[in-house]
Amino acid sequence: MKDFSNRYIMVFSVVMIVSVAILLSLTALLLQPMQEKNVEVEKKINILSSMNVTSTKADAVQLYDKYIKESFAVNTEGSTVEGVNAFNVVLRAEQKKPLADQYLPVFIAVADNGDTLHILPLEGKGLWGPIWGYVALKEDMETIDGVTFDHKGETPGLGAEINTTAFESQFPGKNLYRDGKFAGIKVLKGGADPRSLYEVDGISGGTITSKGLEHMVHDGLIKYEKYLSQNRK
Amino acid sequence: MENLEKEPLWTAKTKKLLTNPLGMENPITVQVLGICSALAVTVKMKPAIVMAISVTVVVALSNLIIALMRKSIPGRIRIIVQLVVIAALVIIVDQFLKAFAFDVSKQLSVFVGLIITNCIIMGRLEAFAMANKPWPSFLDGVGNGAGYGLILIIVSFFREFLGSGSIMGFPVMEKLGLYNFGYEDNGFMILPPMALITVGLIIWFQRSRNKSLIENK
Repeated sequence: MKDFSNRYIMVFSVVMIVSVAILLSLTALLLQPMQEKNVEVEKKINILSSMNVTSTKADAVQLYDKYIKESFAVNTEGSTVEGVNAFNVVLRAEQKKPLADQYLPVFIAVADNGDTLHILPLEGKGLWGPIWGYVALKEDMETIDGVTFDHKGETPGLGAEINTTAFESQFPGKNLYRDGKFAGIKVLKGGADPRSLYEVDGISGGTITSKGLEHMVHDGLIKYEKYLSQNRK
Repeated sequence: MENLEKEPLWTAKTKKLLTNPLGMENPITVQVLGICSALAVTVKMKPAIVMAISVTVVVALSNLIIALMRKSIPGRIRIIVQLVVIAALVIIVDQFLKAFAFDVSKQLSVFVGLIITNCIIMGRLEAFAMANKPWPSFLDGVGNGAGYGLILIIVSFFREFLGSGSIMGFPVMEKLGLYNFGYEDNGFMILPPMALITVGLIIWFQRSRNKSLIENK
């Protein structure tokens, strides 16, 4: 290998870094619209799947417009905040604000059987990174109609199992209130009684993710407590 | 100076570059490189296959690029140059997956980014691409990526089949009705230690068939 002068090494590094930077920025810029579209479609698929409507990339946008009648944001007092697009609210950013200033998105959907569902988004922490999901509540505002969860980087086969039907299908019919008080849903390490209205089985090998999910459901939904009690039928 | 005589693109030597890493010089089972990701992404077959393709693309292209630049890379900063090339390629692959294979990119999540730290890639750049012409380097990259991918697919096949009772997400065990006879999936298979043991069994099998791989005491 030849010996190169310091000047050459400097010039080489600068040229290399600049060209790589240009290449990466171009790639990111060109692919960004597609990536954002993917994220938007995925969010719609997730919201729909929490009310047990299966959609694909192709029909998600259309089905979303069909089922979701209204979306708005409320605050912890349960009153509507004007001028906020609920779909674009980023929960992670909201959670950093003081509690009273947080926007809490609500999506109102009408299911095929005519029931009105309130779909509420959640965001929490798993083992490796963020986990999130949507909970669809029935008109009584305490019984779960359906849920969907997802995660950024949980271990495949372990924590990542929270987004499988096997796990999510435990939630419908569970009750968020216990003896009239908001309690959330317990995610137990084995041995949850399937008849119980308040608990589900966690993921074996994914205990931290399961616990994170339990906290996410509790901490996320307790903020809606006033909204839920005001709209209970 | 480089030998300017034109070599044919396809000779017994170039073929060896492709086939050797599949067996005798396999990066995982013989050189024991890239074990980390082999343990992490082999729970299910689909992410393992996408990971194998991504690593192959990255190692082949970075080998090619480094081989093209090998005469102008200053020796003192060559490792940095190699890392910049790898990192740039990995980011591009990641961006493409996010745009065109969103579901799989979510499954692989951090592991795509971690291709940067995959020892196989830097190993090939240092050991091969810095001293060879672009075409053989490219083939060497494809061969090593494939050798890595082959092991990933074998390991993920057994882990998914025994651990989750499915192949490529298709519930084989359930369709066979084995659960009705009291069969249960082995939850241990989906934990990382079993990946290590599976890789170990493959190494054992390969060495028992191929005595030349056994080191002399």
